[in-house]
Formats: sequence, structure tokens, C-alpha cells
Amino acid sequence: MNENKNLYGVTALFDSANEIIHAAKEVEKAGYKNFDVNTPYPVHGMDRAMGLKRSTVGFFTLFFGFSGTAFILLFAYWTMSVNYPMVIGGKPFFALPSFIPVTFETTVLLGGIATVVGILAVFFNLPSNNHPLHDTDYMCSVSNDKYGIVIEAEDPKFNENEVTELLKRLGAKKIHTVMNPGKESFPIFEGRFVVFLILVVLVVCGGTYFTLNKVLYLEPFDWMLEQDKLIPQEKSTIFTDNKGMRTTIEGTVARGYLPYPFKGQTIPTETLANPLLPTKKVLEFGKGKFLTFCSPCHGNYADGDSRLHGQFPNPPTLHSARAREFGDGMIYHIIVNGQNTMPSYETQTTSEERWAIINYIRALQRAKNAKLTDLQEVQKELGVNVK
Amino acid sequence: MEVDYSTEAAVVEGNLRLAEIDRIISRPIEERPGKKYLLALSISSSFLLIGAICVGLTLFYGVGMWGNNQPVGWAFGIVNFVFWIGIGHAGTLISAILFLLRQKWRTGVARFAEAMTIFAVMTAGLFPIIHTGRPWLAGYLTPYPNQHGLWVNLNSPLVWDVFAVSTYFTISLLFWYIGLVPDFATLRDKTISKVKKTIYSVFSLGWRHSNRHWQHYEKAYMILAGLSTPLVLSVHSIVSFDFATSILPGWHTTIFPPYFVAGAIFSGFAMVVTVLVFVRKVFDMENIITLNHLERMNKIILATGMMVGYAYGMEFFIAWYSGVQYEQFVFINRAFGPYAWAYWTMVSCNVIFPQLFWFRKIRRSVPAMFIIVILVNVGMWFERFVIIVSSLHRDFLPSSWGMFVPTLVDLGILLGSFGLFFTLVLLFAKTLPVVSISEIKAVAPGSQPSHAGNHNE
Repeated sequence: MNENKNLYGVTALFDSANEIIHAAKEVEKAGYKNFDVNTPYPVHGMDRAMGLKRSTVGFFTLFFGFSGTAFILLFAYWTMSVNYPMVIGGKPFFALPSFIPVTFETTVLLGGIATVVGILAVFFNLPSNNHPLHDTDYMCSVSNDKYGIVIEAEDPKFNENEVTELLKRLGAKKIHTVMNPGKESFPIFEGRFVVFLILVVLVVCGGTYFTLNKVLYLEPFDWMLEQDKLIPQEKSTIFTDNKGMRTTIEGTVARGYLPYPFKGQTIPTETLANPLLPTKKVLEFGKGKFLTFCSPCHGNYADGDSRLHGQFPNPPTLHSARAREFGDGMIYHIIVNGQNTMPSYETQTTSEERWAIINYIRALQRAKNAKLTDLQEVQKELGVNVK
Repeated sequence: MEVDYSTEAAVVEGNLRLAEIDRIISRPIEERPGKKYLLALSISSSFLLIGAICVGLTLFYGVGMWGNNQPVGWAFGIVNFVFWIGIGHAGTLISAILFLLRQKWRTGVARFAEAMTIFAVMTAGLFPIIHTGRPWLAGYLTPYPNQHGLWVNLNSPLVWDVFAVSTYFTISLLFWYIGLVPDFATLRDKTISKVKKTIYSVFSLGWRHSNRHWQHYEKAYMILAGLSTPLVLSVHSIVSFDFATSILPGWHTTIFPPYFVAGAIFSGFAMVVTVLVFVRKVFDMENIITLNHLERMNKIILATGMMVGYAYGMEFFIAWYSGVQYEQFVFINRAFGPYAWAYWTMVSCNVIFPQLFWFRKIRRSVPAMFIIVILVNVGMWFERFVIIVSSLHRDFLPSSWGMFVPTLVDLGILLGSFGLFFTLVLLFAKTLPVVSISEIKAVAPGSQPSHAGNHNE
């Protein structure tokens, strides 16, 4: 066993690949376990000479590669068919063929990263810059053109003299003992380095703050906040009146807003004719508008029975003989102009809506004052056999 | 000049000893840069500066500074992207596919080609990002949980591109770095400067050249090569999907993936030869990057050049055979329309001139091969130009036909991309070992035990 606690091991240097293969074989045969061979490049046949088992890196790659495959397929399934399903190009939500490129890339990416990180961190236990072999003549020689073997003091069979004898017998050119390094000092904890770290933290934090709060609000990073376009209601120097918005030419009439020619007149006119036919579509439209604008006073069925009944001069029923005898033009005139307490609905309704409302009122009037002939009409419509 | 092809040529010439290999490869790193180097660096960084100014103009005033507009919405931005991605492919082909095929000669050129891959992919990656107009929002390209509740569309070839290019860059970088680790260790043990030693120690991670490590290392290297091989084929296939999955005549063809991959390898090897011709001369590495290496690469250029030529022919055949009027028009328009000059530049540079490599004298003559590979580079850039611009400028509706004319900013960014690439290459050549030290030692004469041929003893 090792009597010198500080001893790391004994190193020996050889000049050729043949010698080192022979030495490795002999050391292995002598029963040493904790020994290593250091060569500037991988020497063929050395793994067998040292009695090493096959490398298991492949399993590492396989596991992480397939993890990548599984992850990206699940991810594609979840994003494209569960979380935000969207039909794209008529494909099914989970369109496997078009996910293959991404699946392949992710498999390779994860497998590759796992292989590299795996060998470095797990198989090699790197980084290890404070290994006892570093900064020795031995390491400089095997880095360059020599072939070295090191038998570690940790080996159960280790005996400094025996080991030296064995290596000498194998024809080693140089034999050295390597000591474990003394107490480690960590330069990371030196004052200068700590100050440097604090500075780095400050610069990174300040830079991040500055970027997120200042730079992103400067052109061109500002999400196009500033644009050379005219904004309505804003000032602009392009026109002499310094307005961004243009005023219309005098007398311009917007489409559908032809002024009402009988405004303010009390004489009912019959010159206005209803342009709409009482089709189902028009009646549905008129019903909606009637319920919105007329029913609050006149009631849902034009009976003048809304909940305003009794609070104002009562809104009249539209089923009175007078109202039934009004021409369409007269009702239109009342809606546009207002009558007694009723205000004008010119701004709330369009001309088309007014005519539709009138058609609906006509339908209500007829329904409330139905004659027997009307019933027959309805039955005829429904195809019921009338006796 | 007589060359004996019946036996394999030595990978390392001049009977170098291991220590000499160390010295030759690490000399450019240790010496102060010479006048010629500084001159080259100042030229390439001037180009880079021009490109940076043009990119700055683009970002400030918008992509309207470029010549692309309806109907040619994709022009220089995408041409350069596809061109540079293609340049990168040679590196992975050399480092991965030739490794799996046990081509020992790859060791001399692999490191440099891998570095070129990384720089080319970096250059390429800039273009689609600049093309978006607001590159600081490039994070939207990745699928991440965001406040909009939206995900990227995994059915879209443009998203496949993002995955492919970023994976390609990451894996190439890892492959390159894992190859560099033993070399960093060698440099660490060789240097006398304290600062350099610290840097090399950090990057070497405390590598000890231990055979217990070499064993896993070699396995992992092979696995990475195995992963990179389908990866490199997938990347340019996916780039070609950007075009092939559309319905535009001239783009909508199934020949695109293999055609693009062959073209990528073709242009990549041309770029590798272009650069190595200088490197081996300037850094006195003629014994490590030998004429045999260059000749082999020229053979690959010849082979892939003919594949590309076949693809050009097959496109015309299919256009005729399909009977689609629009398809036929696009190809006639390519060869005889307003962009015919670009088409014939492409054909002559890519198909005709590389045929000279049938002659051994030309294949082994450095000046001749330099001229040919420069022409190949030009031709391959025009190939992408022809595919993109000539297909877009005249499609189904004659009323929406138009022409594309590049602006000064377009040309400046193109120049800048070469500036960026060559600046990175030059900086690499002076800071890292341009040839893998440990791999070259492993294939140097007499470096392996003499029973090497007798594995089953």
C-alpha cells in the first residue's frame, strides 16, 4: 500500500507506440487497476491492451435522441391539435408527414448535445484543471510526442519501489513521481475577482434595464410607434390649414344620407311611397328596429301599453282607426319629424330602417284587427284543407 | 507529372516527426501577424464595415432599401442565405461523411472546413433575420409560450428552416469544439504566456490525453459523425423545401432536395479549395495539406458539378414532359428571357469549366484549380439567383410581370457577407490550430503500432 499520503502516482515515458502498447499490456497483466495511459493521439489497440470495456456513450445518445423525438412529437401534437388547433393547407391537425423535418432535427440536436455534454461531464468528469498531472513535465511530453503511463498510488497493489522496478524493466525512458497538489486556493474568492464579478453583474443589469426601457422605445426598435402618416384630428403641416383631416366639398352628400325634404312641415304628404315590399326578411328587419326604437313607448305590439304608460302623456296605440288610416308616407314623416311629445328619429334610423318599421307596423295592425278572410288566407298559405 | 494512383498517397508528406507537426501547426498562432496577414484582414474587415453600414441603413429605413419588390419578393437576401448555407456543407461532408468512409486524407482539411461551416452558417443565418426587417424580434421564430397564446406553425417550411439551420449550427459547433479540446490541451502545455495558458486551460477543460478518455472520445466522435451525416443532407433539403413546397413554376419540383444538396457540396468544396490554396502556402503547410488533398477535392467538385449539370438538364426535361405550359415557359424564359445572361453564367461556371478537372495536369495545378473554383463560386451564387429571381419575375399573370434590379445596399450587403466570412476565417487562422494536431499525429507515418494491420491477434 501507499505509505506516502501525498503521492499521486508514478509516471513513465516511452518513445514509440509499440513500446507503450507493450507496457500497457504488462502493467495490466501485473494486476494493476488504477493506471492510465496518456498519448498525444488515440493509439490503435490500446483499449484492448489496457483491458478496457466497450464505451457506453452510444446508449447516452440513443436515450436522449429518442427523448428528443418523443418530446417534439408530443409538443407538435399539443400545440397544433390541442392548444391552438388550426387548419393549415387542408391538413389534419396532427399532420405527421409535415412534422418529420422538425422531429428529425430535434432528435439530432438533443442526441448531439447529450453526447458532447455526456462525455465531457459524465464520462470524463471534466473540467478538471487542478488534476495532479497538470503542469508536470510528463503532461507536456505526452501532449507533444511522447507516450506515457501512470500508475496511481490509489491502486491496492501500489508500492513505489515495485512500480518503479516494473516500469524500468519495461524500458521506460523517464520515470517520475507525481505529488498531489497542496491545499487548493480558489482564485475565484480573491478580492479583485469578486469586484470584477460585481462589475459584470452591474453592467449586465444596467444594460438590460437600458435596453428594455430606453432602447426599445427608440427608432427603429419602437414597434413602428412613429409613422409618417396623417392621423385624423391631428395637426399636419402638409396642408395650409394645418389639419391632418380634409373637410368635404360644400354640398357633398354621404351615400344613404339624402336630406329629408319635408322637414318641419306639418302638412302630411302622400308623395312618399314605401319602396320595400313586406317580405319575411324586411319584416324581420323591421321587427328588430321597431323593438329597439318604437317599443319603449308604443309597446311591444304597438298597443301603447309600455311601462312608460301613465308617466307621460300616454303614448298612443297604433291600432286606432286614425293610425290605421295613415298612409305609409305619413308614418314616415312622423318618424323623421316627430309629433307632439315624440321626438324626431331622423338621426337614429336610416331611411331603409324606417320603411321596414312601417311594414312591420302594418303587419301588427293587420294581425290585431284580423278578419275571417285573413284566417282563410293563412290557412291557404299553410296548405290546410278549408271546407 | 506521373502520379501513382494504385497505392494510397501518404496523408502527411515529408516524413514529419510528431514534434514537427506540433510546431508547424501551432506556429501561426504563436507568431505575431505579418504584414500580408494584416493587409488581408484590413481588406476583409473593410468589406465587413461596408456590409454593416448597409445593414444599418436597411434597419433604419426598412427593407425598402433593397431592390426586391412585387413580383420579386425574395431576391438577394434569400440568394445569399442559400449560397452561404451551401458553402457550409463541405465542412460537414469532410468532417462527418469522409470520417465514416474512413478517408484518412480528410484529417488535413477537416478542421478548416468545419470552421468554414460554422462561419458560413453564421453568415447565412443573418440574411433571413435581416430580411424580416426587424431582426430584434427574431425570437418570435422559436416556439415559446407567449402572451399571444400562439405557436409557430410546424407545418411551415420556414419553421423547418429555423429548426434545421439552428440544429446544424449547434451540432457543427459542438463537433468542432470536441475536436479542438485535445489541441487546446497541447497548446496549453506548449505555451509560455500566462494569459494564453489560462485561456487554453479553460477551453481544454483540463484534458489529459488519457486513453480512458480517448476511448469514449473516439466513440463519441463517431456518433457525432453519424448524426451529422443525415443532418447535413437534411439541412439543404429543408432549405430546398422553402421553394419546392410552393406552387410556383420553376420551384415546384421534387428534384430540389438532392439537387440542392449536390449543389451545396459542390460550392462548399470550391470555397474550401479557394481558401486552402492560400492557407497551405502562407502557413507553410504544404506537407500537411498536400497536393493530393487538393486533387481529391477537385475530383469531388468534378463529380458534384456533373450532378448539378444533370439536375439542370432534368429540370428542362420535366418541364417539357409534364406538359404544363407555365412550367415550360419558366424554363424557356430562364434560358432565353431577360435573365438569360445569369442562366448562361451559371451553366458555364458550374457545368462546363469544372470539366477541365478531367485532366490530371489541371487537377494538380494550383493556379488552374484556383481559377476554376472561383468560377464555381460565382456560378453557384448565380444558380441561386436564377432559381429565385427568374422564377419569380414572370409567373402566371403577364400583367404582374416585373424585373428585379439590385440596389447599392443589396450589393453592399453581399460584399459585407464575404467580409464577415473572410474576417472570421482570418481570425480563426491566427488564433486556433487550422489543422487538427491530434488527428494529424494519428495518421503520420509510424505513429501507430506496427501490428496495426493485425487487429484480430
